[in-house]
Amino acid sequence: MKITVTVNAVDHTRDVEPRLLLIHFLRDELGLTGSHWGCDTSNCGACVVWLDETPVKSCTVLAVMADGHRVTTVEGLASGSQDSASQHGASQDGASQHGASQHGASPYGADVLDPVQEAFAECHGLQCGFCTPGMMMTARWLLDNNPAPTEAEVREAISGQVCRCTGYENIVKSILRASSRTIPGGS
Amino acid sequence: MAYGSHPRKEDARFIRGQGTYIDDITLPGMLHGAVLRSPLAHARIESVDTLAASAHPKVAAVFTGADLRQRGMAWMPTLFGDTQAVLATDKVVFQGQEVAFVVATDRYAARDALELIDVEYEPLPPVMDARKALDAGTSVVRDGVSWGDDPPEPPRNLRTNRIFDWSAGDAAATDAAFAAADVVVSCDMSYPRSHPAPLETCGALASFDPTTGRLTVWATSQAPHAHRVIYAGLTGIPEHKIRVVSPDLGGGFGAKVPVYPGYVCAIAASMATGRPVKWVEDRSESLMSTTFARDYHMHGEIAATSSGRILALRARVLADHGAFNAAAQPSKYPAGFFSIFTGSYDIAAAYCEVTGVHTNKAPGGVAYSCSFRITEAVYLVERLTDMLARRLSMDPASLRMQNLLRPSQFPHVSPTGWEYDSGDYPRALSMALSLAGYADLRREQAERRTRGEYMGIGISFFTEAVGAGPRAHMDIMGLGMADGADLRIHPSGKAVLSISVQTQGQGHETTFAQIVASELGLSVDDVEVVHGDTDRTPFGLGTYGSRSTPVSGAAAAVAARRVRERARLVAAALLEVSSDDLEWADGKWQVRGDPDSGVGIASLARAAHSSLELPPGVDGHLDASAVYNPPNLTFPFGAYICVSDVDVLTGEVRVRRLIAVDDCGVRINPMIVEGQIHRGLADGIGIALMQAITFDSSGNCLSGSFMDYLLPTALECPSPELGATVTPSPHHPIGAKGIGESATVGSPAAVVNSVVDALAPFGVTHADMPLTPANVWLAIQGRPAGDT
Repeated sequence: MKITVTVNAVDHTRDVEPRLLLIHFLRDELGLTGSHWGCDTSNCGACVVWLDETPVKSCTVLAVMADGHRVTTVEGLASGSQDSASQHGASQDGASQHGASQHGASPYGADVLDPVQEAFAECHGLQCGFCTPGMMMTARWLLDNNPAPTEAEVREAISGQVCRCTGYENIVKSILRASSRTIPGGS
Repeated sequence: MAYGSHPRKEDARFIRGQGTYIDDITLPGMLHGAVLRSPLAHARIESVDTLAASAHPKVAAVFTGADLRQRGMAWMPTLFGDTQAVLATDKVVFQGQEVAFVVATDRYAARDALELIDVEYEPLPPVMDARKALDAGTSVVRDGVSWGDDPPEPPRNLRTNRIFDWSAGDAAATDAAFAAADVVVSCDMSYPRSHPAPLETCGALASFDPTTGRLTVWATSQAPHAHRVIYAGLTGIPEHKIRVVSPDLGGGFGAKVPVYPGYVCAIAASMATGRPVKWVEDRSESLMSTTFARDYHMHGEIAATSSGRILALRARVLADHGAFNAAAQPSKYPAGFFSIFTGSYDIAAAYCEVTGVHTNKAPGGVAYSCSFRITEAVYLVERLTDMLARRLSMDPASLRMQNLLRPSQFPHVSPTGWEYDSGDYPRALSMALSLAGYADLRREQAERRTRGEYMGIGISFFTEAVGAGPRAHMDIMGLGMADGADLRIHPSGKAVLSISVQTQGQGHETTFAQIVASELGLSVDDVEVVHGDTDRTPFGLGTYGSRSTPVSGAAAAVAARRVRERARLVAAALLEVSSDDLEWADGKWQVRGDPDSGVGIASLARAAHSSLELPPGVDGHLDASAVYNPPNLTFPFGAYICVSDVDVLTGEVRVRRLIAVDDCGVRINPMIVEGQIHRGLADGIGIALMQAITFDSSGNCLSGSFMDYLLPTALECPSPELGATVTPSPHHPIGAKGIGESATVGSPAAVVNSVVDALAPFGVTHADMPLTPANVWLAIQGRPAGDT
């Protein structure tokens, strides 16, 4: 089937098998290997990307279901990076609240990172890095919808995802740190 | 000082999704492999028909055991001297065992073709209960009939499921101590089979170049140099023409130490087709076929005086090794380091016996951050100590404090021969009790019990022996466990350190840069760490058993100190003084007492590469290398306390608090150290409460997905409360001891002790893991786990 998916604000048209999973479309067809495959059963969340404005586990979404939709992956989180688009994550009314640009260039690289990315590095919210893209995509969604979550709300938000390295403690800290920067007027 | 919570160098790529894991690598012309696995735990293979699969338009080749036999690759050595089938030739011995391998032009087609392979099996009775494996009349897993001429050596244990009998300690002295004791407490306990379950599964990408005869293997490997040795033996390609690259690893925890049949299949397929072949297992394959952990059936006894002085310890263990003996551990230790089972206590006599048996389950046994079976040993002694306290009506904290080794007793030789290097155990336990507010917790517990609420307080004290190890005693496949480090200093003073160990998330690129930076007065950013590529790194046995910092970290420090000494000679020439007149201060060589004369490594590197005239015998440049052969293991320790609440109606356990005081000696990067502790504490919750790899009596694995093999999430894991003491290892160059496994080793016992403590009013003295709601409820009813 021929499908067109807008991934990180770039249109991609491909002829795919109907059974092709979205995660394999992103990784094998488009070469966007930042999203990871981990379990096949929707338990681990290493494959979380956004389908339009909603995080989905892309191992249980068919690529054809994304036809005509927008997909945002970890490669689209930072602005100015090779695969990103300036409008990534912006909801249709343009009300995206996070403004990576307000922080200027990151000490972790030349591009302008999302506050979630910065916070994960600052708070040691990752070790092996395999769950990290999915965790960050969920974190970005949470903060867009709930700019000042409680710790319990953060834990609930990532409870459908598995990390084997951090015991979640520093992931939770990272998201709370990012939230303090996301709120207008936050530190 | 470069030590401290330095941000991690590796994060820059990971937060951008730019890590390179095995399945991220694609080569031109690459084929995708898939493994056909046995649906049966024990069966003879009557026939394998691959015609239809071979005819699939996208299939490039299909391989059976018979095909690999022609290449001499149907069998491979395990890391413990056994021989494991790569693809079964005429018998399968566990469900999920590799039977055939398909390579196709895409991963979906490879899977499709598996469906086209027709295998006829003649089922055999499976051996699923280790406790019955040695019974007369039980079928024999390794019956020696089916092996033909394939294994390089005949199976050692024909006609029996017994693999080994092994013992440690003084049986007579232990018996005498038991006979004289006021109190003896005993218990049968099992440490269930679990799986490390790194979030990234295992895989390999093999690329054989027929023109040059060179083989490159990218593989999820915690031990790339050990893998190269195995690949060389299997393929006949000499080691210098094999390059093993371990890319970014999405966790390992021991699961990525062994060579798996899929890796060998990828290599064989690449050699046969002349094209790169990638194989990555799926989650079910991972849980069903790659290395398990634990599976120890233990009978423990503890003897004491009526006042609570522990006199002796005895253990009899039945170890379920599965169908092949593939335990990844030093060859002289068939039960790993289990014999350190006297733990942290001053116990005069101890004796343990371990019998290893084959069953029709996947091979493995030493994995999941177990420090070579110290996990099982700590669990045994910490459970028994709690049971003894209950019997004596003593507080478990007081009983432990009374029996802990004193600082003055170090170095301490345990009754089974381990020489503990250093420790201050009472201080760590006191700190943990204080952090927990132990007395208040006991008051709260008593008060809640009056209201029918059941909270438990569980303590665990552990001592690990890590950093394997001294070459004279420790080897894997005959390879001594010393590791190398190469340190190159560029003319500008920037450094590149090459190491043999392999990070799986531990942050070696940062920690090892900190070690070198600290030794040489460099900035951490000026040290680049190279790892995971046998073409670019010195030989060593890799990362497991918490050995990276104890062994390879020491090698890095020694190499850096050699650089420093070379720089001293250059400094003497540059400053026109005798090198004896120089001292190292503030990261510079200076004339004694004259800080203004100080010259740093950057200037000395420039001088060492310049035309500066150097003394006879000094050739210039500053590069140095080292091989570190540890004089002893290092002995991290810690005190953990778990507070849990048990709903006695549903059996649900809620871990409320986890307090952990760890002493891993000098902490190079405390942020990374604490992160590792966080992980192990989560492991403790998972292992104690949720996780087990189980089978039905027909041999079907009941834990083949994350829907059945439960992992803790952010909702089960409370924020840990950490404390630290620092007792430097006296024999390690920088006093570090290793931390990667401490919390996984120490915490399950604390969690279980808390649950059993909560259930004390019901007369519960022990309950086996995993303490799922069903098993807790059964314990309250006085029934064993799994009783239905």
